[in-house]
Amino acid sequence: MINWVGLYTLFAKEVWRFLKVVTQTVLTPAVTALLYLLVFRTVLEDHVEVYPGVGYGAFLVPGLVVMTMIQNAFANSSSSLIQSKMNGNLVFVLVAPLSSLEFFLAFVGAAILRGLLVGVVVWAVALALVDLPPVHSVAWLLAFSVLGSAMLGVLGVIAGIWADKYDQLAAFQNFLILPLSFLSGVFYSIHDLPPFWERLSLFNPFFYMIDGVRHGFLGVSDVDPVLALAITAGSTLAVSALCLALLAKGYKIRH
Amino acid sequence: MDAVLVRDVHKRFAAVQALRGLSLTIPENSFFGLLGPNGAGKSTLIGILAGLVRADSGEVRVCGHDVVQDYRRARASLGLVPQELVYDPFFTVRELLRLQAGYFGLGRRARPWIDELLGLLALEDKADANMHQLSGGMKRRVLIAQALVHRPPVVVLDEPTAGVDVELRQALWALTRRLHAEGHTLILTTHYLEEAEALCERIAIINRGRLVALDDKDALLARHPYRLLCLTLDREPPALPDPLQARLVERGDCQLTFRLDRHGDPVGAILDQVRALGVEIVDLHLEEPSLEEVFVHLTREAA
Repeated sequence: MINWVGLYTLFAKEVWRFLKVVTQTVLTPAVTALLYLLVFRTVLEDHVEVYPGVGYGAFLVPGLVVMTMIQNAFANSSSSLIQSKMNGNLVFVLVAPLSSLEFFLAFVGAAILRGLLVGVVVWAVALALVDLPPVHSVAWLLAFSVLGSAMLGVLGVIAGIWADKYDQLAAFQNFLILPLSFLSGVFYSIHDLPPFWERLSLFNPFFYMIDGVRHGFLGVSDVDPVLALAITAGSTLAVSALCLALLAKGYKIRH
Repeated sequence: MDAVLVRDVHKRFAAVQALRGLSLTIPENSFFGLLGPNGAGKSTLIGILAGLVRADSGEVRVCGHDVVQDYRRARASLGLVPQELVYDPFFTVRELLRLQAGYFGLGRRARPWIDELLGLLALEDKADANMHQLSGGMKRRVLIAQALVHRPPVVVLDEPTAGVDVELRQALWALTRRLHAEGHTLILTTHYLEEAEALCERIAIINRGRLVALDDKDALLARHPYRLLCLTLDREPPALPDPLQARLVERGDCQLTFRLDRHGDPVGAILDQVRALGVEIVDLHLEEPSLEEVFVHLTREAA
């Protein structure tokens, strides 16, 4: 039996938490993404055409949307957990009759919502700056956006329960999440890379979600979107299984 | 049914064996004191009751519900007031209470009780204040309200009066007595032994992860084999003979305090030996042992 009210309350609390500091959690990342867009577009628009008929600005927007989305999904669950652990107020959730699955769904659900919200804001503002074609497929776009945010939300939960201090969380973010997201084809097509780096990119699960979102926006991608969806879904399931196992074990949160 | 059942519980943290086969029961509607020196295993036991710590072996039940197999009902039966003043800095007092009620599966129907709790704990004025704006005493009250928000039959207060002023301590004592009178089972850990003596009916003393005493408070106090005989003399006595010197615990100009074995040291014989020194006894009184002495005696014995 599911504690639906408890699950909803924890989810709502996590959403409420980031909405209380919306400037920091939604507007700031959107501004950062737009700065990337302005700089790279200004410099490269007339020099780079990644796909025929698609301007560099239009190519860049989907990548920036999904990169911002996944980084914020990760930040939402990881920062909430590490803060609750450091403050000690995680105890109020741990003493409640909530299962590991309910805990997981609430944190990941809120991370997805923040990811989507930040993504929509970036996209909406980008519309004013770049001549974007109509969205190719809302279904593909939503599927990759939700799965990508979920995967990073799950990784955020794992990082949040693993890290004992902010420094460790920063290391997880800066040495794992950031390189994987920057080296995933946000700013380029992997076909433009030397063969070794192109092959290496295929082992980066973030590449598939970014490629899939680009397919949803523009209808062009580096790999078949069905394959990208399968790999994104598989990766999300794998990290979810690991996260649920850690939660069930009470790893670093129930001693 | 017992409010709490703990049977042969073991827990080890790395090199430290925190609990070593601890067993005890806490009767329903009792006011129970859980005492022990630092590192005795009190917090570990409370953590296991609340689901924050997992026992290596043994059985723990709250209101008959196993804390592992039937954790939802076990946790719903327990309210924990943590020792540390912990809070979520993002929310106001009322918001925190509503969230806490929600975690326990209570939605809007908890709201009248939350309003009542705010009144009960004199928090109405602070209901819409953020936690970081509150004094330590007020934060402590909010922690109590959070523990009571789902109306648990068993309430655990982990060092509730540590660092609070006299006024708040009195208010907390009054509140705990009221909760007890209303049928709650209260479990209190405290370093202030006079607090346990004033409030608790039944007391367990644990040391190094083992139970060293579990009894009604009065029986526990009576079990302590010593009492103090305090004498005021008409003048300073000469050197004491060995039998008196061995029992002497304090000496003033004209005052002597002896520690007497309740069974082996008849007061009359001691008084005769003092008079034999050629002094007159001006005043005398007997002091029964406090919980503190019992505690020190038992924990020293166990060590």
